[in-house]
Amino acid sequence: MPTVALTVNGRKESVEVEPHTLLVQLLRSKLRLTGTHVGCDTSQCGACVVHVNGRAVKSCTLLALQVDGAEVTTIEGLAANGQLHPMQEAFRDNHGLQCGFCTPGMIMSAIDIVNRKGNDLNEHTIRDELEGNLCRCTGYHNIVKAIAAGAKAMKSVARAA
Amino acid sequence: MSATGIGARVRRVEDQRFITGRGQYTDDIHRPYETYAYFVRSPHAHATIRGIDKKKAEKMPGVLAILTGDDVAKDKLGDLFCGWMVLSKDGSQMKAGSHPALAKGKVRYVGDHVAVVIAESLDQAKNAAAELKVDYGVLPAVADLNKARDPKSPQLHDNAPKNTVYEWVLGDAAAVDAAFKQAKHVTKIDIVNNRLIPNAIEPRAAIGEYEPGTDTYTLWSTSQNPHVLRLGLSAFIGLCPEHKFRVISPDVGGGFGSKIFIYPEETVCIWASKKVGRPVRWTAERSESFQADAHGRDHVTTAELALDGGGKMLALRVKTLANLGAYLSTFSSAVPTFLYAPLLSGQYVIPAIYCEVDGVYTNTAPVDAYRGAGRPEACYVIERIVEVAARELNMDPAELRRRNFVKSFPYQTPVASLYDAGDYKASLDKAIQLADYKNFGRRRQESERRGKRRGVGFASYIEACGVAPSNLAGALGCGVGLWESADIAVTPTGMVEVLTGSHSHGQGHETTFAQLVSDKLGIPMSHVSVIHGDTDKVQFGMGTYGSRSGPVGMSAIAVALDKVIAKGKQIAAHVLEAAEADIEFKDGKYKVAGTDKSAAFGEIALAAYVAHKFPTAHIEPGLKEHAFYDPTNFTFPAGTHICEVEIDPDTGATQVVNWVAVDDFGTVINPMIVEGQVHGGIAQGVGQALLEGCVYDSDGQLVTGSYMDYTMPRADNLPSFKVDYTVTKCPSNPLGMKGCGEAGAIAAPAALMNAITNAVGHEDVPMPATSRAVWHALQKSQRRKAAE
Repeated sequence: MPTVALTVNGRKESVEVEPHTLLVQLLRSKLRLTGTHVGCDTSQCGACVVHVNGRAVKSCTLLALQVDGAEVTTIEGLAANGQLHPMQEAFRDNHGLQCGFCTPGMIMSAIDIVNRKGNDLNEHTIRDELEGNLCRCTGYHNIVKAIAAGAKAMKSVARAA
Repeated sequence: MSATGIGARVRRVEDQRFITGRGQYTDDIHRPYETYAYFVRSPHAHATIRGIDKKKAEKMPGVLAILTGDDVAKDKLGDLFCGWMVLSKDGSQMKAGSHPALAKGKVRYVGDHVAVVIAESLDQAKNAAAELKVDYGVLPAVADLNKARDPKSPQLHDNAPKNTVYEWVLGDAAAVDAAFKQAKHVTKIDIVNNRLIPNAIEPRAAIGEYEPGTDTYTLWSTSQNPHVLRLGLSAFIGLCPEHKFRVISPDVGGGFGSKIFIYPEETVCIWASKKVGRPVRWTAERSESFQADAHGRDHVTTAELALDGGGKMLALRVKTLANLGAYLSTFSSAVPTFLYAPLLSGQYVIPAIYCEVDGVYTNTAPVDAYRGAGRPEACYVIERIVEVAARELNMDPAELRRRNFVKSFPYQTPVASLYDAGDYKASLDKAIQLADYKNFGRRRQESERRGKRRGVGFASYIEACGVAPSNLAGALGCGVGLWESADIAVTPTGMVEVLTGSHSHGQGHETTFAQLVSDKLGIPMSHVSVIHGDTDKVQFGMGTYGSRSGPVGMSAIAVALDKVIAKGKQIAAHVLEAAEADIEFKDGKYKVAGTDKSAAFGEIALAAYVAHKFPTAHIEPGLKEHAFYDPTNFTFPAGTHICEVEIDPDTGATQVVNWVAVDDFGTVINPMIVEGQVHGGIAQGVGQALLEGCVYDSDGQLVTGSYMDYTMPRADNLPSFKVDYTVTKCPSNPLGMKGCGEAGAIAAPAALMNAITNAVGHEDVPMPATSRAVWHALQKSQRRKAAE
């Protein structure tokens, strides 16, 4: 079996995979990072979104072999030194989650939206940018609020840093 | 109100694990030496199974077992069952067809369970499944509800001629006929309540494990009600005695009804674990969820409303054909009957109502409860017909509603429901104000200037949740009682464990239940833990569905807390050396009335366990109390939703531009969480009205079998919602609570379709009102105008 060498949440990993193993399978089954979820089989739901080299990707849509040498961040790797990422905090503050299943993908997508679109996001932009993530619980209302608040909080954190 | 007590917007306790990826859903759990199950499903909607050739598949690498309906029969596993008996108008019992966990001799829908392959890995199981040779004798199929009873259509079950499950009626037909004769105006509508696929984002999953040393079974499952699952698998399917069987529902990623039921897959996983001697795991792929999760709704209805000259409602006549799919799922029979017709009176005084419901089999997935379960269908009937009547009478729809509202309580409807409390005018008036209804005309003109069509729609919904009391549920045919249980176990250090029979799959019970404890015992929420979803920890419970966890589940907790406080008083009397009658409990302290002597709750908890200061012959040591709570009636949440849409006539695309919900849920524990429930419910209702529709073709093939084909509501299909409350307390439970989980899904389709038909100018718009459907409806309006 081929081996993939990659960095996941800052840790170097070397994992034997099948040629057809998906990144999400590598994360969930081989590394037991079960925060990244699988909600569909057609790359529609976004529950599996992680960051690969700083960009949001659906980890069900990449082969593990494609991420050889990459830096991968999952939901488990967002909090640093016991401090939640501002977007995680914003989802809690704004009740942006209910069952929690879509939440990791939502948070990873939300951070990517801020990285691409900046810290002052209006409702229209957020709703438009969330087209790759499905939530069945919240009606998106509080997710939209959470992302707007998280985006602002990311700015203040960046300024403080 | 304290910072964490009843009414406080407390951030959720459970969020920490979910936002950090540390939730533990069934598929996240791994057992030593586990194996993988893969189900071979029928590609045909209707076929005989002439034979299954396992020879080649069994020799594939990694295969441990291939099991079929013959094995199920050999082991004498009982059929999957429907737990709610519905009688036809002639008194005969509903015609429940045989439903083995793996098909025996015949398959009846695409996705029906033919065999299971168990292997060392999922890939190996799938590879072997591809080599399993199933010899099907393809039969004609009927998927269309309207054709199910056609004599030319194939019959699914031998005991159900014309595919009829039951012909059920409620109400007084003669009284309705008489009232129609007196009517000055009759409004008639023909409507279809479209079939939906629930789509919780976490697919169903199960892990079965048999332990030969103790002869015990453990099933991890995505169930909304683990105790009922254990009861069903033990008592009806006959897997093993109940006390030898543990069911754990860990974190569950949404349910919406679809995870109430007892399904073939979990039955097979736990049964097969003994056969292969190792844990067996299965997680649905989304395409399996589409095919084989119980679907929702699927009604065809004709309704007629009789009114007098002053817009007073006289009578309602409803005839509904309900699709129950290929087999009766766990509670399916009740959904279009007892959960539907008793709500047809809506918020109105309608002196006579008569409803006929015919339930039929088709070659489609089983249909069962989906968020709202019967009540959205009832709301859609009554709130569409009231709006249409107002248009026909040239009356303001709000005024027609006001004229007919139930105003004094209790109110006995002619369809069994006894409304206990409400103020329907208050919620309507508040919604009208929040929606700025009086300026709608101005907004419509403004839209028209931009070439758009604007419409407004109302839904003054009512629902019944927390089916109760249990003897009434039994009289209606329910196979179980619908009470709830709670244990309050106080530790010697004054920490409180709440063991509840309710199950949270997104509702935030770990927070709201702890708020209730914090409020009643005057202790911090951090001193409370809420334990649910494990039959080895919680002795019994009825689970979470039908918006029952608040009114029933929390009431059980409240009753058990009262018992804890009362026992604490007995102990405090000895500790504080006073008469028990003089002990008061307030703000977390036992006090001797009229003195400054007091002991904190934690001190009394310690005293209870140390047991030095009271006579244990009279007072047992320890501090732990239990309650089984059975409410005295359903609760009846109600309110008004007003929605505004803007339609682009060139494309038919509908934008929901404004949504106001004013709900009466009685006592609200955590408004933040309740509003979240309302938002989610509305989104599912908007999904039904605008986007979602399950389609089978005439051969019974599922056309909408993935997220590529079945349109789920996304963030850009929805607006932000304005949510507010009015409050009348429910008199049927100690907290005055009503349920809030389904209200949005009940109100939304009617409100939205009333708005769309208002914009389009006629009533002939089907759900889902896709751009195509709305565009065609607009063309019809144009043709009508041209003809005039």
